Amino acid sequence: MGRTISHGDAEPQRSLFGISAFSVPLWLKRILLWLLPLSFLVVAFFYPLSRILALTFDFNTFTSSNLLLALRVLRFTLYQATLSTLLTLLLGLPSAYLFARYDFRGKSILRALTAVPFMLPTVVVAAGFSALLGPRGLIHTLFPFSSFNFIGTLTAILIAHVFYNTTIIIRVVGNALSSLDPKLEQAARSLGADPPRLWWNLTLPLLRPSLLASSLLVFLFDFTSFGVILLLGGSQFSTLEVEIYLRVLKLPNLPLAAFLSVIQLICTIIFSIFYSRFASRSTIQTAPRSAESNTRKPKTLKERIFVTSFIFLLTSFLLLPLSALPFRSLFRLEADRGQRGDVQYGFTTDYYTELFVNRRGSVFYVPPIQATLNSLGYAGATVIISLVLGFPAAFALAKPTRLEKILDPLIMLPLGSSAVMLGLGFIISFGAWLTSPLLVPFAHTLVALPFVIRTLQPAIASIPQRLRQAASSLGASPLEVWKNIDLPILRRATLAAATFAFTISLGEFGATLLISRPEYPTIPVAIERFLSQPGGLNYGQAMAMATMLMLLTITSILLIEKFRLPNSGEF
Amino acid sequence: MLEVHHIFKTYEGKPLLNDISFNVDTGETICLLGASGSGKSTLLRIIAGLEDSDAGAISFDGLDLTSTPPHLRDFGLVFQDYALFPHLNVNENVAFGLKMRRLPQSEAMQRVADSLEMVNLSGFGSRSVTDLSGGEQQRVALARALATRPRLLMFDEPLGALDRTLREDLLNELRSILHQTNIPAIYVTHDQEEAFTIADRVLILQHGEIIREGTPAEVWANPESAFVAGFLGLGNVIDGKVIKKSRDGEWQVESEFGVFTIRCEHKHQKGDIVHLLARPLAAAKEPNVIQGVVTDVIFQQDRFRVTLDKGLYVYLPNAPKVGERIEVQVKVECLA
Repeated sequence: MGRTISHGDAEPQRSLFGISAFSVPLWLKRILLWLLPLSFLVVAFFYPLSRILALTFDFNTFTSSNLLLALRVLRFTLYQATLSTLLTLLLGLPSAYLFARYDFRGKSILRALTAVPFMLPTVVVAAGFSALLGPRGLIHTLFPFSSFNFIGTLTAILIAHVFYNTTIIIRVVGNALSSLDPKLEQAARSLGADPPRLWWNLTLPLLRPSLLASSLLVFLFDFTSFGVILLLGGSQFSTLEVEIYLRVLKLPNLPLAAFLSVIQLICTIIFSIFYSRFASRSTIQTAPRSAESNTRKPKTLKERIFVTSFIFLLTSFLLLPLSALPFRSLFRLEADRGQRGDVQYGFTTDYYTELFVNRRGSVFYVPPIQATLNSLGYAGATVIISLVLGFPAAFALAKPTRLEKILDPLIMLPLGSSAVMLGLGFIISFGAWLTSPLLVPFAHTLVALPFVIRTLQPAIASIPQRLRQAASSLGASPLEVWKNIDLPILRRATLAAATFAFTISLGEFGATLLISRPEYPTIPVAIERFLSQPGGLNYGQAMAMATMLMLLTITSILLIEKFRLPNSGEF
Repeated sequence: MLEVHHIFKTYEGKPLLNDISFNVDTGETICLLGASGSGKSTLLRIIAGLEDSDAGAISFDGLDLTSTPPHLRDFGLVFQDYALFPHLNVNENVAFGLKMRRLPQSEAMQRVADSLEMVNLSGFGSRSVTDLSGGEQQRVALARALATRPRLLMFDEPLGALDRTLREDLLNELRSILHQTNIPAIYVTHDQEEAFTIADRVLILQHGEIIREGTPAEVWANPESAFVAGFLGLGNVIDGKVIKKSRDGEWQVESEFGVFTIRCEHKHQKGDIVHLLARPLAAAKEPNVIQGVVTDVIFQQDRFRVTLDKGLYVYLPNAPKVGERIEVQVKVECLA
């Protein structure tokens, strides 16, 4: 084979933007590729970030009361995140073991089910738990004498966090566990290790990197969690994220909000660095092996009890909130506000029909259907903007030069900063444009862009350069190559990326809550409003909207799975 | 027809192609033969316009093509890994170049059918290219290149990914197709058997330079260098030292395998280091003899490949015993 030399970077890319390589030098083309995505990042992320930093270094920020407040909030944030992570491990580790070691009926369905919460918008999860355990929830109305508080407790926050993040532990640790060589265990057994010592001396040390990596990831998500804490806990549980929100909208003090954001940013950066350390180590440790040979059917009674009880536990834990939501949106369980006399209990579609009515006849009141239309509009705009920005960046990153490899983590950076902080940055930087409906899709694009690029990039990289060369030797101009080769092959990945952007935009809560105009609410914002207002009708409408959002999201997840290349990585 | 003028190319500071010039005439198939890293594929890509050379020019029928983009050169290209478009079926793949040339539908369909027939794939049109075997895929790639009736066809190790028998079959088909269509062709390979089968003229590349050029028969009869003789596997390449001139054009050369008498046109001096080629076929009238103890005997259809203890080999009609001491008269040539 005489093809060892000059296959790599030496081949000029001739198919981009239809500009012939003969007229445009390579460096100029790379700059053209980066122009849009980088300027977007600079304007929408780094500029607001710099404004936040500038605001922090106001002399009045560092008062003792502010410092004490920050300390108290930081302590609670760390406390709840630690507790949530531990609880997530408590459920996640046995579940990971269940998936990695045992075969049982419906395994693939259950595995898919564990991944659903991760993609669900926070308002949907909050509404789901409220529909199940809240004061107007199923348990309370079915058992009127049960007297427990759920909404407004730390327990609610913790359970929702576990609900969200268990899948991370299951995926990461489960994958590591199933890729362990069973021969190692057999060797240890033959050397005299009993099962507990086997775990302690062999399995656990081998799993350590993936355990640490997944725990840190869960911790990171819990640390920056916002919607769950605000909606299920209430603002008395002030984590950094909630406190920033309060200091922007309820007790305005922007310098303090900025100060808190900087603390949060520093923390997330530190955690992320540790995470990537552990994550890189965990991939080295686990040799690639087929995952099947390690699994078997449960045999002994103990094994069968373990498997059955955990299948039951996981299924009910995941399904109950998700099914309570649509159930509650279709059943009247209490008197609506202002209703007297006979109350019709039972099946009703009122909550859905009510969504279309401007009952108060007020110009300031926005009927929920309008919020839905807003959301769809914003989501559509987010799809367009993030594809326009994501395509050139993904093209450049599919075959990165040395410099561009540095740009890669830069593009992913907004993913690490919290939603409320992005919102705060927008408010500080673009306060004058807050009336513009374009601000929301731009914020959503910031969150969606990393996902869009990560979906497109492997697909673009998977198109061999030879296909383009073959096409051009057959007479296709660079533009025709792009139209006839790249585009059709990328179609699926583009659809997946678009669906990602769409779903993220639909569910985005933190940033939207801060920057959306009161007269242009989105679905999550409208749900939050309904939940915070009294009365059964408002509650029912919140349930109805959350149900719609949940169905939209689940449909999108299924579509993404269908479109995505089978071997493109997870996030 | 195609003229390649003084092509230079460096890659990461190292010279990859060094002053390459040659022509391809009407209906002629030339073969670029070289080991990996010799620069032959890069040269092909430069001719196709997929890569730029540092200096030099490519012209066709006297017209300079150096700054013509690949899609306007009208050169067909067939890759080792076929490069079939996975989202298009067989017909659509073959029709691709015709679509780019905006041929009317009916004419395009006729040409697609003709091309597929030429490569013995009639009836495969609506199949998905991912369902085809390697050999079938390469036929589709060939049909795709033929359909546009290019003024030059280029093959980049087209059979490298196929197994031996399939390779021989396809090679013979390709030969007859090239003769039929009379399209000039450049064929790149590292396999000398392939090169000698398909080529009207062979160009051997080493370190980015053409070190031997000629018809297969010429190159076989006179490799002219130790590298070519070794690369083509023409026989035993032996290092020797001239010890005396026995008469005009005849020299005595000493080597670790004994003293050989060679005839050549070169002006050797006593003490010169020379390379000799000892052809492996036994030749009764030759003055030179190689001898040694048989260490290995391999059956090869009509003959036996016999390896001797010092590493030399010869072909014999009958198998000697391992351990037996033999003497064989062979032809020894001077490679300068």
